[in-house]
Amino acid sequence: MASRAGQVAHHFDDAEQQHEASSLGMWLFLVTEVMFFGGVFLAYVVYRSRFATAFAHASHHLDVRLGTFNTVVLIASSLTMALAVWAATVGRRRALLWSLFATMLLGGTFLGVKAYEYAHKFHEHLVPGAGFHWAGPEAPAAELFFGLYFVMTGIHALHMVIGLGLLTYLVLRTRRDAFGPAWSTPVEMVGLYWHFVDIVWIFLFPLLYLIGRH
Amino acid sequence: MSHVVVRPRVYVAIFAVLLALTAVTTAVAYVDLGLMNVVVMLAIAVVKAVLVILFFMHVRYASRLTWLVVASGFVWFGLLVLFTLSDVLTRS
Repeated sequence: MASRAGQVAHHFDDAEQQHEASSLGMWLFLVTEVMFFGGVFLAYVVYRSRFATAFAHASHHLDVRLGTFNTVVLIASSLTMALAVWAATVGRRRALLWSLFATMLLGGTFLGVKAYEYAHKFHEHLVPGAGFHWAGPEAPAAELFFGLYFVMTGIHALHMVIGLGLLTYLVLRTRRDAFGPAWSTPVEMVGLYWHFVDIVWIFLFPLLYLIGRH
Repeated sequence: MSHVVVRPRVYVAIFAVLLALTAVTTAVAYVDLGLMNVVVMLAIAVVKAVLVILFFMHVRYASRLTWLVVASGFVWFGLLVLFTLSDVLTRS
């Protein structure tokens, strides 16, 4: 974050090129994130293809209402994040602050619901390990499903926590009047990150909550 | 160019479409379509992801180089899944 409003680092021709480099670099990072999440998604696909029935039964133990609620919350947080980027680029400081606060509130709500769901799984002995208890058939496959559930939603939640940290940073910078039409790159980059985390959930929700509902 | 200002109206419209698609995918999950359930579910998720990438993440307005990087990431993931499944699903 060496550059400030109106300044172009010496190795760039102009502000346009500097901005292009920032967003390209952020996208390269997000591509590595696609690979990171891709590994567990692939593991899910492989085991789901082998134990389709057990995965469908295990999926019934997730609460679709809470999953749908969290999906709506996360999509709404993407909207407020997009509005924050808009507010930063047109220089509306108050709108930017409120959009960032709204995004943090929605992100916090998502994590709160997730914590409640996790607690419920512990209570029902659905956490893989010594305490795992499964009444139906194919217990090892069901345990596998919950293993994938906790790893996938866990690394997703970790990304949300990091996102909340980045949003806090943006709020602090905004209070010092850092962003405006001349320079809003950090807001845009955090926006890209936040939307990516939303996309991960867009796939997690049907794969974990909705399979085998019919 | 890459530094466009997208109006809030566009964001709200995309948000509404994303909510509608979430409602559709949840409703369809309760209808038995056999193998098609997974196909419909994933198709809707892909459409939602593409909308987020194109509009919320501004890729629609980005340079060709950015397009290439974004596409390569997802194509590579597709290869990973394709080749792994071609092995796993054909074992006897």
